[in-house]
Amino acid sequence: MINASLKQLSQALATKQISSVELTRLFLDRIARLNPMLNAFVTVDAEKSLNSARTADARIAAGTAGPLTGIPIAQKDIFCAEGWRTTCGSKMLANFVSPYDATVIRKMHGEAGMVSLGKTNMDEFAMGSSNETSFFGPVRNPWDTERVPGGSSGGSAAAVAARLAPAATGTDTGGSIRQPAALCNLTGLKPTYGVVSRYGMIAFASSLDQGGPMAASAEDCALLLNTMVGFDERDSTSLDRPVEDYARDLDKPLAGLRIGLPREFFGEGCDAGVMAAVRAAIAEYEKLGATAVEVSLPNSHLSVPAYYVIAPAEASSNLSRFDGVRYGFRADDYGSLDDMYMKSRAQGFGAEVKRRILIGTYVLSHGYYDAYYLQAQRIRRLIAGDFVEAFKSCDVIMGPTSPSTAFKLGEKAADPVQMYLSDIYTIAVNLAGLPGMSVPCGFAGGLPVGLQLIGNYFGEAQLLNVAHRYQQATDWHQRRPPGIA
Amino acid sequence: MSLTLEQVQRIAHLARIEISESEARTTQSHLNGIFQLIEQMQAVDTRGVEPMAHAQELSQRLRPDAVTEENRRAAFQAVAPETEAGLYLVPKVIE
Repeated sequence: MINASLKQLSQALATKQISSVELTRLFLDRIARLNPMLNAFVTVDAEKSLNSARTADARIAAGTAGPLTGIPIAQKDIFCAEGWRTTCGSKMLANFVSPYDATVIRKMHGEAGMVSLGKTNMDEFAMGSSNETSFFGPVRNPWDTERVPGGSSGGSAAAVAARLAPAATGTDTGGSIRQPAALCNLTGLKPTYGVVSRYGMIAFASSLDQGGPMAASAEDCALLLNTMVGFDERDSTSLDRPVEDYARDLDKPLAGLRIGLPREFFGEGCDAGVMAAVRAAIAEYEKLGATAVEVSLPNSHLSVPAYYVIAPAEASSNLSRFDGVRYGFRADDYGSLDDMYMKSRAQGFGAEVKRRILIGTYVLSHGYYDAYYLQAQRIRRLIAGDFVEAFKSCDVIMGPTSPSTAFKLGEKAADPVQMYLSDIYTIAVNLAGLPGMSVPCGFAGGLPVGLQLIGNYFGEAQLLNVAHRYQQATDWHQRRPPGIA
Repeated sequence: MSLTLEQVQRIAHLARIEISESEARTTQSHLNGIFQLIEQMQAVDTRGVEPMAHAQELSQRLRPDAVTEENRRAAFQAVAPETEAGLYLVPKVIE
């Protein structure tokens, strides 16, 4: 049951081989045993989880269950969940018990009847690529506990990789689903911007943030995505479009598929072991009937610079709400109101979050707005235009998800720029608003390598199809970390 | 471009984040490293390119002007650092 797919778990629950309460206990026991080593969860509330499981069992008995009713899931601690502590990895929200549900949580708990096992660790306010900026300490990669799991959805990634949960939610602003999925041997999907509601998902950079599933396979991701999407009037950028079944095309043959390989993703700057695994995956796709064509994303080298203007600018605005007045941390000693703001924010935010607020404040300030913020937005259009051009000659784009495998804890923590460059292949996708995935495609030095798939707008079903067919032909995604029993 | 210590302190003040001089110095060196990366943008000629604020070209939706939310003041104030009689307490602003 620990390694079962969501489909298998669904069948086991439907045929009463196991109850949701039993299944939930199985995973809660693993969390109790393995979480002290991994630090993947920051909040677990067994009673709450078991209550949801009992409700799910009642639905199954009454014949009103959906396909995922009773299946446990780990929630990234960026999603507000009523009655659950929701910290976003920050001291600022270390004692915040959410009075409401994010739309994603409401859908999962309500209509779908899934059981939340707890809230997973993450980089503070989702700002990081290693999970080392969390106020609750770093998460360890189950493949090598001296290494990072990636970030910012590092807790979700480690939890699923070590099978502390069958699946998890993540969010992706610059690669935060795809990069940890790559580093932990998972399948993760960042949908087209606007497909998954951002309501109740604590905002980092609102024009880039998007929630999505992290799981063991494309099939699992498709089933999860079905429960997460949908128009939401509470999110002003939610898209009102027809409901899709994201699993509908999973088995479609890949004959005739045109894979675009961006010249810029296959040059220098990527570890040789990662590149070898990615090239082998493309050769496998050719065996499955696809053809590879070279494409170009000539402005992709500008995605990291433009992102580190746009994302901090939006973050500095979003995080101005943390002022010690309505919720969150307030300093103990202060004088005036201004002093209270200054001390609460100085003590409540960690170093990386402060850095990004300062960058954002600067690039939006008088005299610098045109040179930085507007220039970054113009470059954003060039980057999005590159993809439009590339998709004229291909159906999906492929390349590495991350330029390296999981790095050592502390290795990049002292140099923000080195850390930022670990998202060099993922950021452009967020700037353009396209869907992207990471799929396990092999190992380098015993550590997992992720293949990135980038689709055209609303191409999620096709991406999942392309990933699923590969997973039918290979078993990389079924490999489990050897040190975790 | 290179930020001076005074500029870092000024930005921190604008962002309402208290910063000591030694923190400001560390921050200054980190920010200057990051701006070196960002400066790559300045070499690009973007004349005539329309700024892209958002991935989807959307206009803001309007909704009927009707009350849709229920009053949950007690629940929302339960998470506040300090309240009294339904009000948020902050230090005195006007003497």
